[in-house]
Amino acid sequence: MAKHRGRGIASINYPIGMNLGGDPSQALVHSNPSGKFTVSLSSIDLGQGMKSVTRQICAETLGVPVEDVYVDTADSDTGPHCMGSFASRGTHRVGNAVMAAAKEARGVMMEAAAEELEVNAADLETDGRGNIHVKGAPHRSISTKDVAIAAQFKQGKTISGRGIFLVPLSEVNPETGEMSPATCYAHACLVAEVEVDDETGEVAMVRMDSAYELGRALNPRLVEQQLVGGAWMGISHALFETPEPYYPDPTHGPRDFVEYLMPGPGDTCPHDIAVLERPAADGPFGAKGPGEMCANPVLPAVANAIFNAVGVRMDELPITPEKVLRAIKAQGGARPQARR
Amino acid sequence: MLELRKDIFADERDDNLKEIGKGTQRQDMLGHVTGTSTYFDDHKLQGMLHLKVLRSPHAHARLRRIDTMEAERSPGVRRIIRGADVPRNLNTLLSLINFGKDDEPSLAVDKVRYKGEPIVAIVADSPREAYEAMAKVRVDYEPLPAVFDVEEALKPGALVVNETYPKNTFIYHDVYDHQKLRFGDVERGFAEADHVLEQRYQMSPIEHAPTETNGSIAAPDTNGRYVVYTSTQALFFSLDTCAKILDVPSNTFHFIGGTVGGGFGGKVDTLTEPLAILGAMLTGRPVRYQLGREEEMQFGSPRGAERIYIKDGVMRDGRIVARKIRAYFDSGAYTRLSSYAVVKCVAHLPGPYTIPNVHGDVYCVFTNRTPATAMRGFGVTAMDFALECQMDKLAHLVGIDPMEFRILNAYRDGDMKAHRREAKNTALIECAQVAAEKAKWPLREEVKRMSSRKDGGGSRAAISPTPIEPAPQRAAVSQQRTTYDRAPPAPIHEPPPPAPPPPPRPQSPSHGATRFSSVFGTRRR
Repeated sequence: MAKHRGRGIASINYPIGMNLGGDPSQALVHSNPSGKFTVSLSSIDLGQGMKSVTRQICAETLGVPVEDVYVDTADSDTGPHCMGSFASRGTHRVGNAVMAAAKEARGVMMEAAAEELEVNAADLETDGRGNIHVKGAPHRSISTKDVAIAAQFKQGKTISGRGIFLVPLSEVNPETGEMSPATCYAHACLVAEVEVDDETGEVAMVRMDSAYELGRALNPRLVEQQLVGGAWMGISHALFETPEPYYPDPTHGPRDFVEYLMPGPGDTCPHDIAVLERPAADGPFGAKGPGEMCANPVLPAVANAIFNAVGVRMDELPITPEKVLRAIKAQGGARPQARR
Repeated sequence: MLELRKDIFADERDDNLKEIGKGTQRQDMLGHVTGTSTYFDDHKLQGMLHLKVLRSPHAHARLRRIDTMEAERSPGVRRIIRGADVPRNLNTLLSLINFGKDDEPSLAVDKVRYKGEPIVAIVADSPREAYEAMAKVRVDYEPLPAVFDVEEALKPGALVVNETYPKNTFIYHDVYDHQKLRFGDVERGFAEADHVLEQRYQMSPIEHAPTETNGSIAAPDTNGRYVVYTSTQALFFSLDTCAKILDVPSNTFHFIGGTVGGGFGGKVDTLTEPLAILGAMLTGRPVRYQLGREEEMQFGSPRGAERIYIKDGVMRDGRIVARKIRAYFDSGAYTRLSSYAVVKCVAHLPGPYTIPNVHGDVYCVFTNRTPATAMRGFGVTAMDFALECQMDKLAHLVGIDPMEFRILNAYRDGDMKAHRREAKNTALIECAQVAAEKAKWPLREEVKRMSSRKDGGGSRAAISPTPIEPAPQRAAVSQQRTTYDRAPPAPIHEPPPPAPPPPPRPQSPSHGATRFSSVFGTRRR
């Protein structure tokens, strides 16, 4: 009886946005007279960071500091329509809508600044720190706050913008399945190392190394949060979770977190992640979306690592100690494969 | 630990940005870490009542009689809601995009089709009084045989789970009991292959297990409106679903949400809002309805189980020449979103690889279990598990390193995908190369030099001649009823038209709901 180590890999891609498109989102952006901007959405922040990502997109597009933007979301009386926070669509769809709204608002802001500075709006640029100045002449400058005051009380202009993003709906051919399911795809490859106890059937995670291609990491800290947490969910899906442990027999369903097992902190492992950025042509600053795909490569990588460790193929999820032990016994003992 | 590999694809990016690419602290971080962020359940309203539902203990049973007399007199009970009180007690979530037929009641009327299906809702002053009254509801059940296995459910003579779909499958394009993918000729591919490998994979259901269970609070507002605090993942999706079920204009509702304690797909189904609002309408008081942990785990709705068969033909040099897939999505007793997951899964085949011959048949099957719904990786997670286990076996079979095997078969810019669109902006090869580098997984020099941007297209952009089966007899709509099925016939669905030819390509994309209706030809609202 012994513990055996093995490594397995998986590579995947993932479509961004609701399958077949047809899933619009809208955004409204406006400034108050102090030059502070509000983004109005009906999108949901599930903890993934929707508010923060759209805030950064708005600030970058307007050319103002992120502190000058606040995202207000999920009120059906004030936020315009959004399909919802699912299908890895938040960053891509809502981000694009916010970008469009911010562009329109920026246009008005630059016109108002041009009027105050008595120049052509095309000759102005933002410094990202709350000022607008003539290109090549930083001393001919006005703060966004003064522009907002002038727009509101002197010029009678609304510094505001509307945005919508829609990928037109694709049809599906009944005979061939021909369709346009998505406009861009994220990618990943993950190497998992496990240790399998051939006496108990238990599988322990040793480490993971991965590379994720996400178009653009708009906020690398939020990306890290998604990828680390998502891989943890992947481990959980691979080795622990189901509300029907004897599926398709529906009995013995767990009712709480004592019976429904998930990995605790001691069951996770070091995870070394690389992020690649190949911008999507229609993504906001090229961004795709890491939200859903981050768990997917972990499940097969773990199954393949178990094969490498003890020589059994685990084709049914979750891969519980009982299943591993039965498979090892049926095989007549562990058969470690070539170490790699 | 996260490393940004700015060196790769650098020529495709402008990295000269001010706010984008920075690890700025979240706007809502302070509220989250100090426990002051507001969730739906932080709205304790004066005079708030509590709603609980009585759920079926049987997976399949006729409801002979529901007696609530004693329960109505139970202390603290303000109202008992039955199916007849729900203005439109039949809905399917995707009717909002005209996809599928209404097939699920808010409260069961004559039958229950899964263990845990709601039958009556009790609105009381406290949760305890609601539970006490629930124990006094008398339901006379006639238990019926149930079907739990997707392939059993498809056998001729299998009992009918959901009368709206008497063949126990969702109907695609009004004709087929599955969604097809046909690209090239797999049988010719298998004949040419050096090895053919066929395998079966199974994923059990998975629970979303959010920290905050599904819930909502609905309260009468001024001017005949209702304010609804909700944990939904899709504010307008839930609002429009409630407007349909309760048969009122959508501006009757003011939905407020936006901070959610974990969703992962399990908060799209609008499980609590319609009954909470109906409770508020019937009592004139605020009503709170939140699932308990056991309800969330067993009767909320999970990631649905999938059974997948993959048959591959591979050459000795490692090229995959044919891939044939048959998969069954276990939708449970009602459709919810599984019908859509099937189409997304078909679009995903055969994985991120260029294979000249691909054949897919994916089914959405009804069984007597909790309806499945969306979850992170919707339609793809289980298929990726099956595909990548299969890739490992194929590499082993032909004696090629599994990482190199994937890079060899990876799709590249300009290749034709099986859903007949050109691959663009691909990066699978680079991900594999970087992951290998990180894991110190040895790759040969020539494999390290491969690129998603090189050597794609050309012959890899071709669509091989594809045999199309003659259009079948259209799916029999004859009600496949069993002796135990005495329910009144489901609302009449007109017999589908004769198998149509592939729909004509529109000249330009049009918009709106009517456009949706032509996608699958299942307009029904």
